[in-house]
Amino acid sequence: MTVLRAEGLGKKYKRRWALAGCSIDIEAGHVTGLVGPNGAGKSTLLNLAAGMLEPTTGTIEVCGGVPGSGPDQLAKVGYVAQSTPVYTALTVEEHLRLGAHLNPGWDEKLAQRRVERIGLDPKQQAGKLSGGQRAQLALTLGIAKRPELLLLDEPVAALDPLARREFLSDLMESVAEHGVSVVLSSHLVADLERVCDHMIVLVDSQVRIIGDVEDLRATHHRLSGPRRDLDTLPSDQQVISASHTDRQTTVVVRTDGPILDPSWTVGQLTLEDLVLEYMSNPVTARPALEVLR
Amino acid sequence: MTWLTWRQFRVPAATVYAAIVAILVVLAITGTDLPGRTDYSDQEVLYGATILVLYLLPAVIGVFWGVPLVTRELETGTHNVVWNQSITRKRWLTTKMGIGALAAMAAAALLSTAVSWWAGPIDAMAVADPGSSELTRMAPVVFAARGIVPIGYAAFAFVLGVAVGILLRRTVAAMAVTLAVFAAVIIAVPFLVRPYVLPAAVDTVPITESSIHQIIGNESGVIERITVSQPAGAWMLDNETVDAAGTVVSPLPDAVQDCVPRPDRDAGPPNHQTITQCLAQLSDMGYTQRVTYQPASRFWALQWIELGFFLVLSGLLTWFCFRRIRHV
Repeated sequence: MTVLRAEGLGKKYKRRWALAGCSIDIEAGHVTGLVGPNGAGKSTLLNLAAGMLEPTTGTIEVCGGVPGSGPDQLAKVGYVAQSTPVYTALTVEEHLRLGAHLNPGWDEKLAQRRVERIGLDPKQQAGKLSGGQRAQLALTLGIAKRPELLLLDEPVAALDPLARREFLSDLMESVAEHGVSVVLSSHLVADLERVCDHMIVLVDSQVRIIGDVEDLRATHHRLSGPRRDLDTLPSDQQVISASHTDRQTTVVVRTDGPILDPSWTVGQLTLEDLVLEYMSNPVTARPALEVLR
Repeated sequence: MTWLTWRQFRVPAATVYAAIVAILVVLAITGTDLPGRTDYSDQEVLYGATILVLYLLPAVIGVFWGVPLVTRELETGTHNVVWNQSITRKRWLTTKMGIGALAAMAAAALLSTAVSWWAGPIDAMAVADPGSSELTRMAPVVFAARGIVPIGYAAFAFVLGVAVGILLRRTVAAMAVTLAVFAAVIIAVPFLVRPYVLPAAVDTVPITESSIHQIIGNESGVIERITVSQPAGAWMLDNETVDAAGTVVSPLPDAVQDCVPRPDRDAGPPNHQTITQCLAQLSDMGYTQRVTYQPASRFWALQWIELGFFLVLSGLLTWFCFRRIRHV
């Protein structure tokens, strides 16, 4: 089952395209990481999926419906916005009350249990919570409405490393417990690597790559060897990036097949390296050697 | 949704209602000994304050209830929270605007009833004794501080605040714009709308010594126009001298200019009787006075029409709010 399907999705703000020609398909049951530099369109994509924005071009379908189209649709999607806003004047308890009042599918037990486990004081005003606690409260609101899809926009951006890890492991527990699909964005691959099984890399408002994390790892190779022209590579090897010294050539390629050329030394890439290669090399076409020198 | 609306709205609502209660107490204490008196000059300050308060209330409601309704959510990012619960923006806005508008109208009704009761004896005397300096409740300034019109003003100001807030998305800017627009509307309505909603009554009265009410001259001593006394409690729109053909005459013809004694610094003010006698000659010359006015009997008709006018305006603005909120 598809929880999120976008076709030719684009969003234009005044003159600038924040997202363009975005076509993605996310299956249910996955934790998908949305990664890209600041301003790449991550928030725009999530906002479109939550129905906070309307697309300029193309279509987006979430859990089988148009985002934000009605109470039923809203009930299916949980959304924790960037910088995890909460009502500063309301207490933790009142936030749960808000959730209970506004969501027919509200899971009060789950909410109570989470608040207890995180160690939030129910009488505490949300404005006085730490960044990590606030993020946890926002996540609690998102999870306890029991959505099919949970969208998280840079939920850990403002947190320190410890709070970051706690938040993410806690998120993973909830995901495992309730089988909710998740799309979360971050500009740090390290955050996502721990929790995601799928990855979307957005660069310059376009989707650069999308796929299963294991597949991505298995199909990308760093090849180094004597200097050579990239045109001599087999046609099933897609060059992601290349660099040359006087004697040596290093390329990152994507291929489903094995690397048979014995002149290459084959190295594996970490997910972070892989994403960075995509981010720093926005051109997909196989570049000529001269141009890169 | 009602709970959340109430939770967010209770402090601003309580503040305004507490102020109204305080005003009610003052009016209740001072109002009991007003009936039956013939001179209210000692009540001038309080009388002015009651009118001022009824103009301030809608302004406060628009600026402090209406504007932040949406802008505060947008500025703190909490619209992301509430618009992602299982409730549509339409229902969210319906509840918030519904409760806010009702509270605004109730506050205005309460205050207006109290002020209308308190000023009742003064209003009555203003009609009974045309020589008094008090304004009648038909006077433009007083009219909107009596009866049911304040309810319309409050609803309009509230919805205006919400609409401007949705449009500008920033609290402080929206507050300033709301205040400016509201002020412009309440200044414009008595001049551009209220006089014309019902066709004015037109009377032609003979100019007699006793009917002459005011004589208005310019700096060089030329008498520009005169007015005759108006029907009791009426709102005078025009009070002009016309010739037999019905054309307005101003300044008055030379014939009467000469017989009016000029003010003389040494001799003190000229005798009033001499002047009126002189001016009464206008009648013999075929001149009459034409008065255009809204009679006092139309007070409630005009009140209902103006209330309706503001409710329709509020309705249009509400429609605009619901249209815009989908694309905020």
